[in-house]
Amino acid sequence: MVRTVRAGDLWITCQLVGNLRSGFYGTVDMSGDNEETQTTEETSMDEKEIQDKVISPEKSEEAKLKARYPNLGSKHGGPDLLRKRLTKGQKYFDSGDYNMAKAKIKNKQLPTAAPEKTEITGDHIPTPQDLPQRKPSLVASKLAG
Amino acid sequence: MAGPGGDMQWCFSQVKGAIDDDVAEADIISTVEFNHTGELLATGDKGGRVVIFQQEIENKSQPQFRSEYNVYSTFQSHEPEFDYLKSLEIEEKINKIRWLPQKNAAQFLLSTNDKTIKLWKISERDKRPEGYNLKEEDGRYKDPNTIMSLRVPVLIPMDLMVEASPRRVFANAHTYHINSISVNSDNETYLSADDLRINLWHLEITDRSFNIVDIKPANMEELTEVITAAEFHPHQCNTFVYSSSKGTIRLCDMRASALCDKHSKLFEEPEDPSNRSFFSEIISSISDVKFSHNGRYMMTRDYLSVKIWDLNMENRPVETYQVHEYLRSKLCSLYENDCIFDKFECCWNGNDSVVMTGSYNNFFRMFDRGQRRDVTLEASRENSKPMQVLKPRKVCAGGKRKKDEISVDSLDFNKKILHTAWHPQDNIIAVATTNNLYIFQDKVN
Repeated sequence: MVRTVRAGDLWITCQLVGNLRSGFYGTVDMSGDNEETQTTEETSMDEKEIQDKVISPEKSEEAKLKARYPNLGSKHGGPDLLRKRLTKGQKYFDSGDYNMAKAKIKNKQLPTAAPEKTEITGDHIPTPQDLPQRKPSLVASKLAG
Repeated sequence: MAGPGGDMQWCFSQVKGAIDDDVAEADIISTVEFNHTGELLATGDKGGRVVIFQQEIENKSQPQFRSEYNVYSTFQSHEPEFDYLKSLEIEEKINKIRWLPQKNAAQFLLSTNDKTIKLWKISERDKRPEGYNLKEEDGRYKDPNTIMSLRVPVLIPMDLMVEASPRRVFANAHTYHINSISVNSDNETYLSADDLRINLWHLEITDRSFNIVDIKPANMEELTEVITAAEFHPHQCNTFVYSSSKGTIRLCDMRASALCDKHSKLFEEPEDPSNRSFFSEIISSISDVKFSHNGRYMMTRDYLSVKIWDLNMENRPVETYQVHEYLRSKLCSLYENDCIFDKFECCWNGNDSVVMTGSYNNFFRMFDRGQRRDVTLEASRENSKPMQVLKPRKVCAGGKRKKDEISVDSLDFNKKILHTAWHPQDNIIAVATTNNLYIFQDKVN
């Protein structure tokens, strides 16, 4: 199952495979794994859950979320999420590689990617020209129309 | 809501923007701001453009005056950039616009994207010189031998031209993304805040900026909260507040120390730990903080509510208004579709008696603090006949849906009103839907 999740403002794609242990948010919620073992504590926990559902819609929503994504950490947020938010907009371009390649080849042009290629692989070093350029809006705002 | 002489009724006045449903990303409105007199209304969009509207009043002296906002100026404020060193794309989206109080004939505003703040001068030209001695009217230079007499050039009227020019560019001071700018009451300085730091600038100086708040931990693994909004006090030039993703607001006094990492006041509502859920922290994250005009209160907006705080009381807000409490039982799906991270703004009316904020389905809410009444209104093309009175809307949380009510499951979560603004003196409001700007006016009986 492929799930695309946006943490804060950054879209990330992660693959959650059934038995994957490492939680998405970096914490591992082990309590969710013990579904097979029936303990005496479970019945009282069930009661508490029912109570929670009655008292707090938030808690029942949380239970729903946990049911859909059992590998979710117990606490949202944490350093991973915030760090992802802070590095929004990151695109692949290594200025070190680029400058090293430029220095090696000296006067010759760097091999540029063919226009059809969407992935940059192999010996090709991404250049600023390869990166999808975002042109500024040439059209006036429709609010001014 | 009662205004002078009876209930206040909101009427449609104008709507700006394209009608078609296919919204270009560049046209998404990202900020709306009236200037200090309310004569000018500025909008910024995702395409980095600013559009300024000017109020043209018909018979303001009459009790039933109708004001219209027409395009005054439009310009490209920011362009997309690429930071090669950090491999970061820098969006041209205008995050905030703040007007400077008017000092001379020209108008000034600050506009910012994620990384760079710009000071724009908007000036009018309605005269041009004519009758130069050495130049023809079309600009060609005359043969000096043909000049037999001298005359004084005169200024003749011309069609009004509004020019916008960038006067200052304040760049390279923010590692993280700028979320707020706020002009100080001293009219000389302003602050800019990103996720982890707040900087103080002088409006005249672009090559230097003072860092006044830094919450970056030495080890980024320990990062637990970010700055979400910041604002200067409207009268006390030494005071500012900043809000966090954990639902706290810190008030800082710049007289206390150069670096205001230690707050003077910490505003936080105690939470019942047994009510804590996975969503608690996310929905407590404050998306906007605004001082009241009188400077005695501040308002914060979190995902589900608007809270009014008395600056003299830190342990809890004095008023709490539920914006859309019915969403509490939908948090799971709102988390999955990311709507739970939407950043709603809020605003005060001119005399701080009413507050307003947006919601989903193009609904927006107003809370009358004195009357203890609230109303839900809708910004839609269906209610856009001139002076058409807006009918209050009601959302049915569950159970039997009455006629004219809309059920929670029918709400369109793609139609969000994140940005609203209230005229500083009059009951005129600007409400931004995704790509349209609505202007409503109160119908004075």
